[in-house]
Amino acid sequence: MLCGALMSDHWAEQSGGYRARKARVKLMNRVLGHYGLSVDDWAGAVYTLHDRKGSSVVVQDVGSVWQAAEGLAGRPLDPLDGDLVASLERVAAR
Amino acid sequence: MTPRKHPVTLLTGFLGSGKTTLLRRLLEHPGMGETAVIVNELGEVPLDHHLVRAVDERTVVLASGCVCCTMRGDLAEELRDLFSRRIRYEIPDFHRVVVETTGLADPAPVLYTLLTEPVVRHHFELECVVTTVDSVNGLDQLERQPESVKQAAVADRLVVTKADIAAPEDVEALEGRLRTINPAAALLRVEFGDVDPAILLRAADRDPRELDLEPPAHTGHVHAFSIELDEEVDWTAFGVWLTMLLQSRGQDVLRVKGLVNTGGDGPLVLNGVQHVIHPPEHLPAWPDADRRSRLVFIARGVSREEVERSLRAFNRAAALV
Repeated sequence: MLCGALMSDHWAEQSGGYRARKARVKLMNRVLGHYGLSVDDWAGAVYTLHDRKGSSVVVQDVGSVWQAAEGLAGRPLDPLDGDLVASLERVAAR
Repeated sequence: MTPRKHPVTLLTGFLGSGKTTLLRRLLEHPGMGETAVIVNELGEVPLDHHLVRAVDERTVVLASGCVCCTMRGDLAEELRDLFSRRIRYEIPDFHRVVVETTGLADPAPVLYTLLTEPVVRHHFELECVVTTVDSVNGLDQLERQPESVKQAAVADRLVVTKADIAAPEDVEALEGRLRTINPAAALLRVEFGDVDPAILLRAADRDPRELDLEPPAHTGHVHAFSIELDEEVDWTAFGVWLTMLLQSRGQDVLRVKGLVNTGGDGPLVLNGVQHVIHPPEHLPAWPDADRRSRLVFIARGVSREEVERSLRAFNRAAALV
């Protein structure tokens, strides 16, 4: 399978190609790490989400990541969550 | 060469707010020739027009179970059928399509269908959302009916009807409330449906950077707020942030609009209704010397401060990963 990102229909994935996809996975891992989750890019085509118990879910695009992550984490993932925001601010302040 | 897509106007508005009167008058206008019309119930609409089709508002709830991400199967089918019959010359040629929703309809599934159904989005594009609000009952409906607030929030043009039979102070109060809910939409007073389609359908959007937004009286109310960012916005980080925000707060974030400075020659135009984001468009140049990103949110239960802090944190963290 070749670069699936180029074929993605999702509005947030229509430009930037492979470099953007790599940066997206890194940032999503920063965020998901706060909830004990991680994400991999699989062949530039789909994303694989994992929790620490060994469960994983395959999703098509960045829009589907968050819904699947809520299922794995068993709680909502909120970008306005003060603890999450503070942890990202600490990263940026380093 | 990509064939030109048919522009679609979504006409929505609360019960008795004058949608049909407006539609009837619009269709009489010479500038509205070659228009196909899709309405919900043919019987109640005395439209003298050669291309009126009725749909029965069948909806298909997708696996996500989210109401705004609901495919209007009936509408998709009707649009596909219109297109295929036109190219077989079975119906008169048409250029534009007007979709009129019922007064109680949630407009989000219609937008979702237009923007995501593979065949529909290839041949049709959403041009604008027109919402009618009646001067006599509008304020009361906005207080009592959440659907009417949503219809006002998603509008590109807000048409205030029946101003001739309402007290001037009531009309002003209604317009004030509409400006609080959706300050980015053009606001037009129209009597007896009498409006030039060129003005209604092609009125310029208000530049989000020129809006004067006041904080709401109650944060639980639907209100608009804007965020300005001097720093360049990393588009990848923005996509991660907004998709996450809309997943967790999609029911409360009714609308996102704005210009985003991603470092290109021109801004990126963003326009979304709940989970449904129009394909972002890159403008070739900025309209003026102001290069700040400016986003307008129409939301309830979330504050400008927390949204801005979160967006900045995502943007800055992305620069380091």
